[in-house]
Amino acid sequence: MNIIVCAKQVIDVSEMKVDANTKKPILQGVPQKISDIDKNAMEEAIKIKDKHGGKITVLTIGPADAKERIKEILAMGADEGILVTAPDNIDYFMTATLLAEAIKKIGEYDMILCGEASIDLFSGQIGPRLAGLLNIPQITYALNVTAEKDKVTAERNMGDMAVTTEATYPALITVTKEINEPRLPSLMQILGAANKPINEWTADSLKSGLKPLVETVELKGVSMERKNIVYQNDIDESIGKLVDSLAKEGVIGR
Amino acid sequence: MVLVYSDNKKITIEILSKASEIAKEQKKKVTAVIIGKPDENLAKEYISYGAEEVFIAETELESFKSEEYSDILASIVKETGTETILIGSNKNGKELSARLGGKLNAGCVVDSNNIYIKNNKLMAERVVYSGNAIAVEQFNSTPAIITVPSKAFDSLKKDDSRKGEITKKKIESEKSKSKILKAHEMKSEGTNVEDAEIIVSCGRGFKDKGDIKLVQELADILKGKTVGCSRPLAADLKWLSEEHWIGLSGHKVKPKLYIAAGISGQIQHIAGMRDSGIIVAINKDPEALIFRSADYGIVGDLYEVLPKLTDAVKAKMG
Repeated sequence: MNIIVCAKQVIDVSEMKVDANTKKPILQGVPQKISDIDKNAMEEAIKIKDKHGGKITVLTIGPADAKERIKEILAMGADEGILVTAPDNIDYFMTATLLAEAIKKIGEYDMILCGEASIDLFSGQIGPRLAGLLNIPQITYALNVTAEKDKVTAERNMGDMAVTTEATYPALITVTKEINEPRLPSLMQILGAANKPINEWTADSLKSGLKPLVETVELKGVSMERKNIVYQNDIDESIGKLVDSLAKEGVIGR
Repeated sequence: MVLVYSDNKKITIEILSKASEIAKEQKKKVTAVIIGKPDENLAKEYISYGAEEVFIAETELESFKSEEYSDILASIVKETGTETILIGSNKNGKELSARLGGKLNAGCVVDSNNIYIKNNKLMAERVVYSGNAIAVEQFNSTPAIITVPSKAFDSLKKDDSRKGEITKKKIESEKSKSKILKAHEMKSEGTNVEDAEIIVSCGRGFKDKGDIKLVQELADILKGKTVGCSRPLAADLKWLSEEHWIGLSGHKVKPKLYIAAGISGQIQHIAGMRDSGIIVAINKDPEALIFRSADYGIVGDLYEVLPKLTDAVKAKMG
């Protein structure tokens, strides 16, 4: 089974600071990591490889420093990494196009695994876009995956509905965070990852002249103006004050 | 042409109002799309809510598959020269939109609650970075696809005198290589946090599943009767079903009163409840992040605070 795992380097949103005056997020200097749910996709790939054998290739579109992050995925168990270096102002159309071109260059594959969405922007576009470009079946929001020799089945969380879908290969699957617990690589695995190959391809070598169809022209701050009145002394007194305040606000009462 | 599609009638009706506004500015028509059986009553209802045309794509397909539905929509978009496509942002709608974007090489913005035209460009805003920023996205090409969550826009007033054209057409799609083996409704208890006016939520601070009754009792007294929870309780411990899960990947809520007990206040949770009217936090850790997002907070053990608060509210409400 040849599996391709798509992984994105993102900023660690929990470490992100907000400018006190403008309320705009400060993106410079925030630590980078592999988007959490992409690690769930990787964990699932390892389980499938354990069962059927084969090869796991991790594919990333991003800046040159994403190479360090790819090593984390190699340490988890991927056999090979591919980094497509791309400009900053890349949109989903460009990312999906580059992924599709890279996958065509890789050649044979049975399964593509992605996270349901990246934790920074949470659009969830890449999986379905890529499946559309490659014209292969897509199984989204998988809660579990059963890979057999000639077909794959998954139970999916579709919000109001639980849907079980089956597809032949090649197929693209996006996984949820609930599907598994990604493993932490051992020290030996981390050291071993240094010897695994990471190929670097440029975006232009795959498809030249790509321009974004959608541009982020501004990132606005969100004001979360809250009263922040915290009672921390005597509990009975605190509750009394709270209930009075809520009544004054008109949210409780007869 | 501004095209509107969702498999959810309520969202379609809400989007029609925004679509009418955009169409007016672009001097285009609003077309609602129905995929499946030719339901003329539904088509007439869409017209009464602002659709100037309803396109019924008749298919033999038994259930939704984004591979096939995106094929059908792509044909309609090409045939009608549609420039703007607005799709309901449930999970079906999102995976459909993105695949359609891939097929048509079209730009797509998901989960937008603010759509407008500026300098002749279509703009869509969406919340990013777990609710810490709003990205203003500008479309540089057509067709443009935007998905719209429920309740983002108010529907137009129903007006049965509105006139519109109904077009019926059989549309073939490429047969998908995927197969739906089973589908059943997840909603079992009928809890709907998204419509609740008052929500009392619980998180990791609860030691035992049975203790959730403390939250339930307060919710009952508040007539909200709705219990929410943070991710660990629904996704990891499974003490409550996903209907109760509030957060970035759970439900997004905006009640007039939100009480968070034993919830630390991770940004993913905040992203789901930040639009609430009044937010109250109960946590024993005075440093807990939740207090920063709260209007009122009590530092204390929820096992002591909740029963007392329930009694105090009961007394106040008489």
